[in-house]
Amino acid sequence: MSSASLTHGETNLADFPPVQQSRTGFWFIGLIAATAWCAAALVIGGLPDIDDFERTGLLAKIAAGIAGTLFFFAVGEQITGFTTPAKLRNAGPWLLLTGLALTAWELTTAKYTLLPRPFFASPQALLEVFTDDYPRLGDSVWNSVRLLAGGYVIGAAVGFSLGVAIGWSRAIGYWAHPVLRLIGPLPATAWLPVAFFAFPSSHNASTFLIALATGFPVTVLTWSGVAGVNKAFYDVARTMGASQRFLVLKVAIPAAMPSVFVGLFMGLGASFSVLVVAEMMGVKSGLGWYLQWAQGWAAYANMYAALLVMALMCTGLITLLFRLRDRLLAWQKGLVQW
Amino acid sequence: MVGNLAEQQPTAGARVDVVDVSHRFDFDGKALPVLNRVSLRIAPNELVSLLGPSGCGKSTLLRLVAGLETPTIGTISADGDRITGPHPSRVVMFQDPTLYPWRTVKANVSLGLEARGLLRRQAHRVDEALQLVGLTQFATAYPHQLSGGMAQRVSLARALVNDPKLLLLDEPLGKLDSMTRMTMQQELVALWQRSGFTGLLVTHDVEEAVFMSNRVIVLSDRPATIKADIRIDLPFPRHRGDPRLAELRRQILGVLGLDTDW
Ligand SMILES: Nc1ncnc2c1ncn2[C@@H]1O[C@H](COP(=O)(O)OP(=O)(O)O)[C@@H](O)[C@H]1O
Ligand SMILES: [Mg+2]
Repeated sequence: MSSASLTHGETNLADFPPVQQSRTGFWFIGLIAATAWCAAALVIGGLPDIDDFERTGLLAKIAAGIAGTLFFFAVGEQITGFTTPAKLRNAGPWLLLTGLALTAWELTTAKYTLLPRPFFASPQALLEVFTDDYPRLGDSVWNSVRLLAGGYVIGAAVGFSLGVAIGWSRAIGYWAHPVLRLIGPLPATAWLPVAFFAFPSSHNASTFLIALATGFPVTVLTWSGVAGVNKAFYDVARTMGASQRFLVLKVAIPAAMPSVFVGLFMGLGASFSVLVVAEMMGVKSGLGWYLQWAQGWAAYANMYAALLVMALMCTGLITLLFRLRDRLLAWQKGLVQW
Repeated sequence: MVGNLAEQQPTAGARVDVVDVSHRFDFDGKALPVLNRVSLRIAPNELVSLLGPSGCGKSTLLRLVAGLETPTIGTISADGDRITGPHPSRVVMFQDPTLYPWRTVKANVSLGLEARGLLRRQAHRVDEALQLVGLTQFATAYPHQLSGGMAQRVSLARALVNDPKLLLLDEPLGKLDSMTRMTMQQELVALWQRSGFTGLLVTHDVEEAVFMSNRVIVLSDRPATIKADIRIDLPFPRHRGDPRLAELRRQILGVLGLDTDW
């Protein structure tokens, strides 16, 4: 047989990522960024504050530390002979911009009253929240994550199972479809009054709402994924003796996974907004509650700190989901990079 | 190149009896007759080609023999047992490779053994099947990394790993470029000669039918009836330039009503 002759010519494994440019030598942008951070440190430490901020010294030290590190990487390469990490080099323009922005922010809020206080908090006030109020902030993050994870996992699991069932069984689809159409598009937050009344604790009620918000997109996209599976995939498995169970677990579900992940991403986004609303309205803990508490006391710096932490939490969770998807769907071509 | 998978099989191919089969589909609420009283006996280890105009019902007949669908009227049996559903002894290879994109080449080939819970005991068969089609090197590749010809080879390996008594081929080479196609025609014939399966090959290519099979069944337009049943008693391996093949080809084109154009 002559199969070997053809197989070699057809090699098609060239799916390599573009080659990472490894520039070396003097890092010019790094040096400018170092200068910007140096200026920030000088402004923060050198000029008198308009108020008695407690963390001015620490902030100046941090800025100086960043300036020093950047300076080291910018010129150190010539002296010590190691290479600056490509990622750091790549971030050069951003580092420059943030250095300049910090200087401007410091000048307008802490050194001169150019922006109305207290709504515009100064950098050192924000830093102070992290250094002094971290127990409460950390506690809030922990409570938020716990509440979110509980609701999300329940919602995703129920939505996934329901979606597979609807996609697979005509009978289940018959009963579930109208209910899903009526209730699904309703924003989960509309259930808030009912939920807080019906559940024994506000924690349970919030878990339910988050599960609801997550469950709908996961159900619909799992369902559409299962319904869209190439029918020939089933024929192939059936002629080889596959059972119904095999067809569901080894054909329908893996084939539907890309669609399921779209649902999981949408569900995660929806769950964030329900989480914040639920925490503001009922649960007396978590970042949503912290935000509202800070606003009530006109503690704007605390509010910004909580917003920042919340952003980090949300992006962290999305990143986690992306990682999971990249691992499970490695077989797919052209995945979006996060 | 041919591993022992093909040689270690003393099993004979299946005998297939298609008895007075008619079939129709529901199409827009109306009945669409596709097969009209088709009767056909395929002897063990024969390689039979089904030839006919597009849309006449070739694939339908193949699906009925595979047990993927049940005929409206008539019976089909394999070795005397009536076919009522799919069975791993009758494996289909489709025009599209229909590999599972989430499985590696090796995992795709393992499919049949895995579905029947035999994978752990017979894992070596997967490697043998891969070796048989010359893709051992690509065991860990994903389908999107393969060319059309390679993908169809994987599909063949996936069918052969089940040790079928009847291999049903629905235009398996239809989408390949002509060079790959000719190579794979030769490979399929060689494989069929070495191993013990009965083959039923749907094709729309007269050349392919006369080159590969012992018998060519020509079907009419829809609803399909058997128009001609032509034996080809030439030994394998055959040569494409053989004047007897050219003569057979002319004869079959005549049955199809295409002789004047060619
Ligand atoms: N599942 C189906 N439902 C309705 N009509 C079908 C179905 N499968 C095939 N047909 C029709 O049956 C006829 C024969 O189809 P097929 O056997 O695929 O033809 P071919 O000879 O080209 O393989 C076509 O007209 C096609 O439209
Ligand atoms: Mg067809």
